[in-house]
Amino acid sequence: MKSETGFDPALYDRFPTQEERPTGELEELERIWRAPRGWGLLTAVNNNYVGVFYVGTAFLFFLLAGILALVMRVQLALPLQGILPQETYNQFFTMHGSVMMFLFAVPMMEALGVLLLPQMLAARDLPFPRLSAYAFWAYFVGGLCFFASLFVGLAPNSGWFMYPPLTSTAYSPGINADFWLLGIGFIEISAIAGAIEIIVGVLRTRAPGMTLAKMPIYAWAMLVFAVMIIIGFPAVILATLLLELERAFNWPFFDPTRGGDALLWQHLFWFFGHPEVYIIFLPASGLVSMMIAAMARTRLVGHDLIVLAFLATGFISFGVWSHHMFTTGMPALSIGFFSAASMAVSVPAGIQVFSWIATFAVGKPRFNAPTLFLLGGMVTFVIGGLTGVMVAMVPFDWQAHDSYFIVAHLHYVLIGGMVFPLFAAFYYWTPMMSRRALSERIGKWAFWLMFVGMQVTFWPMHLTGLMGMPRRVYTYLPGRDWEILNMISTFGAFLIGAGVLLFVIDLARNFRFAAEGAAGNVYEGGSLEWLPTGLYSARSIPVTKSREPLWDQPGLAQDVEAGRYFLPNAPTGLRESLATSPIRAEPQYLQIMPGPSLWPFLAAVFTAGFFMLLTVQAYLPSFACGVLMVVCMLRWLWDTDRRVPQDKVDVGAGIMLPTYVTGPGSHGWWAMVVLLVVIFMIFLMAVFGLLYLYGVHPQFWAPPTGVGWLSAILPAYAGAAGLAMLSRHMLAREATRLWTPGVLYALSAAALVAGIGIDLWSWLDSPIRPDASGQGATVFALLALVAMLAAVAVLMAGYISARNARGLIVRPSNNSLDLCVLFVGYAAAQGAVTAVLIRLFPWA
Amino acid sequence: MSQPISMARADAQAGWPASIFDPAGPYAGSVTTLSWILIAMSTAVLALVIFAFWAALFGNDRLKKRLGGTRAIWIGGVAFPVVVLTMLLIYGLTLTRNLTTPVPEEAMRVRVTGEMWWWRVAYLDPDGQPYMLDANELHIPVGRPVVLELESSDVIHSFWVPQLSGKLDMVPGRRNIMPIQADRPGVFGGQCAEFCGGAHALMGFVVVAHEPAAFDRLMAQRRAPRPQQAAEGGAALFREKGCAACHRIAGTQANGAAGPDLSHVAARRTLGAGILPNNQGTLMGWIGDSQSIKPGNRMPAYKMLSAQELQQLADYLGQQR
Repeated sequence: MKSETGFDPALYDRFPTQEERPTGELEELERIWRAPRGWGLLTAVNNNYVGVFYVGTAFLFFLLAGILALVMRVQLALPLQGILPQETYNQFFTMHGSVMMFLFAVPMMEALGVLLLPQMLAARDLPFPRLSAYAFWAYFVGGLCFFASLFVGLAPNSGWFMYPPLTSTAYSPGINADFWLLGIGFIEISAIAGAIEIIVGVLRTRAPGMTLAKMPIYAWAMLVFAVMIIIGFPAVILATLLLELERAFNWPFFDPTRGGDALLWQHLFWFFGHPEVYIIFLPASGLVSMMIAAMARTRLVGHDLIVLAFLATGFISFGVWSHHMFTTGMPALSIGFFSAASMAVSVPAGIQVFSWIATFAVGKPRFNAPTLFLLGGMVTFVIGGLTGVMVAMVPFDWQAHDSYFIVAHLHYVLIGGMVFPLFAAFYYWTPMMSRRALSERIGKWAFWLMFVGMQVTFWPMHLTGLMGMPRRVYTYLPGRDWEILNMISTFGAFLIGAGVLLFVIDLARNFRFAAEGAAGNVYEGGSLEWLPTGLYSARSIPVTKSREPLWDQPGLAQDVEAGRYFLPNAPTGLRESLATSPIRAEPQYLQIMPGPSLWPFLAAVFTAGFFMLLTVQAYLPSFACGVLMVVCMLRWLWDTDRRVPQDKVDVGAGIMLPTYVTGPGSHGWWAMVVLLVVIFMIFLMAVFGLLYLYGVHPQFWAPPTGVGWLSAILPAYAGAAGLAMLSRHMLAREATRLWTPGVLYALSAAALVAGIGIDLWSWLDSPIRPDASGQGATVFALLALVAMLAAVAVLMAGYISARNARGLIVRPSNNSLDLCVLFVGYAAAQGAVTAVLIRLFPWA
Repeated sequence: MSQPISMARADAQAGWPASIFDPAGPYAGSVTTLSWILIAMSTAVLALVIFAFWAALFGNDRLKKRLGGTRAIWIGGVAFPVVVLTMLLIYGLTLTRNLTTPVPEEAMRVRVTGEMWWWRVAYLDPDGQPYMLDANELHIPVGRPVVLELESSDVIHSFWVPQLSGKLDMVPGRRNIMPIQADRPGVFGGQCAEFCGGAHALMGFVVVAHEPAAFDRLMAQRRAPRPQQAAEGGAALFREKGCAACHRIAGTQANGAAGPDLSHVAARRTLGAGILPNNQGTLMGWIGDSQSIKPGNRMPAYKMLSAQELQQLADYLGQQR
């Protein structure tokens, strides 16, 4: 048999082991993974807890944004009503969209990932539990503050798409827009943190033997989802950054009178915004594919095709953003391209739908609550897909765009593609973490109310739109036959509301959180999350031989519970899990996991405080929060990356694995690389901004500072990279005391600072100013990005020096140092490319 | 809480968009045809998919067998959409090209500029210079293409008169070109379609299409020199109360450019950008307190004016045709 890592697959045959496990082992496992209680829950980092908090919070935002929608529907039920005045309505629809997209849909999908993935992969936890906790708390605190802006009348009021110049200071002088920019800003950070966690989790923590081909389809969906976040979110991160710079410091990125351009925002926003739809849909599709197989009691038909469809969707979705801009007066050639791509993206959707149909046809479906939600969701999604094809037809879009037809279309896609599958998932997976399953009877009622309500609300909107009603209007005049349609929509909205209310009642009656002793596999699914679990997840980590191990490996549950597989105990006495190889999931090393800690929670609170105080222009407290945030983060990191006394331990059946691995094989390295991809994408988007503005308004561009400066800048960056690599090199060999890695790394960071410092100096020496032209703004923005990297490198240097001084940087290699070296290497490269690029335009 | 546009009633429908299924010209008409084709196609595909679901769940074994395999996925999920979508795409792109074919140079040109929250209208001579200004209402001859130069002076707006054409954005710093044509006389409503802040919901527009002869008469009448008007009563108030700082009336000293041009205000079908019928009462109401009608609009409320003064102003404006 082939092997990826040198691990001999024949070793799998040792499992299940036959000998009795020593007594006390299980109690030890329980003690190690015991969750904190009471207020201590704030320090919990285990995915069972964080996942449930996360799902609960996302659902809370779903309810809140839904209530906003109901009030808006009341306002629109009749023409010329005064229930919501114009300004309040504008805030309501902005918040409805923003909250549903940023505080409900994406976080909900990440939350489900945090909750379900470790169980499905039979990992003890996600690879970075404290990062999950941080991502959750930042989202929780920040999200609530963001929502609260509504109660003081300061909520954003320019639409969830925030088009400048409406959102520039000239037309939005209040801090409403800043709430959006900064509020969404850190929710993006939280989303990125979650995505890193998911990518590394899916690729490096699967149960042994669970090759990519045997991985549950949901894990595939989450992998593509997380990669799409990594590629797509940087665009909106950069866009919010640029707009905030324009608002705060008058840098004219979007002001055409000074060489900016309003459409730059739209390109950046939709480069994120359209993939966003698939970012929401793909995980839901993964959930659907899992549930259909279980509910139809058969294997998923067309599994490989669905995986291909996920990959194709992810790829194509980054080529369709401009279909939101068909009415901006785009050139015919680009219209053709984006129209074709927008249609092409419906092919993978078709594959998924027909695979689901095929699975139903092969299996023996049961019509339980999850099945109903699945079927209702699929039909609704198909309708949304068909209207999607309609609006991909450019001339039709010219009529339908920004009318209620689009409102209908997007709600069909998102409710059918994500919300109904989500409710199916609630019914299906609740028994995994609740003592009681939810009620089938209430579930069916909730479904029919929501399904009928959905059709009654949104079907008429197709017509309302084609009859001329634009979106985002707080009222309309009587006498155009819109009244009756609007009244019907409002009625339907309350049906949906009633359905959701029933579901909440069901939750209140039946949901009783239980990490141990949950109701279990009510619907007889075949994947690993239905193994009997405790807080440590599965007692032992099984060798996985198929996609539905519970169906195919008889006695698996008993063997797992009896500890007859990998890691039946805690050999180091700490929280730990198996790190496996990315393709064939061969066991590589024992990953030591951090336990409960207050620091991620505090870091999250200060992160939220930093952004929120910045919004209300309390600069000093905000700065203080920022400092505290960094301190808390460093403090939480300080505990990690420790070596344990045992270099190798027995992870079961005499298989010995190392407890500490450095270099490209370690999970930390993977996470750092993913993070660098994010930073690179932000940089790439900024470069796009530079080229775009030069392309549309070259008359505003002045000669850049001399190329001669490069002779000082480039060597500085090269020195930074070289010194960093040298520090890693020196750690591996015996070296003098003076040239410790800490000193070398500090010098490297200093070289980086010198590089960006010289570059900035050269521009301050020129007449080009950031607030004077689009050129100045983009050049200084690119420099600012490098400066931020340099600032982080300085922090890292302090951290590495401190660890070095405390003897925590141990020979021959150390993860903390490795990751910091990677970071500086990348930063130096971005600095060098930046320095060259900003001197290229205008072409002489 | 004040109820905005409380005076609006059903007769003020001129400035409000109508259904795309009632096109009045070739640019809208071809899209209506396309819409019907798309609707028919979508309905058919939806019926097929629902049938497939039904067959998979409740059909006989023969049907289930057909559906339950990768072959069905390839046919239903790949081959079928690829064929249908390719045909649609070719049709759509051909239609896009036809609709964006440049109209002849000699076509009448009008510049429409989006403002928060009204429309500035300038009829252009062959050199591209404005020769007549108006607001919120556009007159065109039947049967001839008219080229609109769409611009914005503040934020992004979108010009949409569904019976004449699809919509096109007005982006600051850019000029978008849109041809429209009416094939029958009539009044066609429109509305801003891109959210543009505050009173976006109340930003209507009117296009009036005339038979060519009537159109020429209208233009001739508007371009004829105006008789000197007595500078008393409403005219005096218009100057003294500051109206002239923002509004222009051709042939007088009132030359403000910030607000809508009032030279032909009496001829308009609506007030307040499509939201009120135009008569003495609504005019008085608008001048006295436009803020309660259209919250946030740039015209301050003139509550200090007496009813008599309001009436004089309304009478004076009522003469500007």
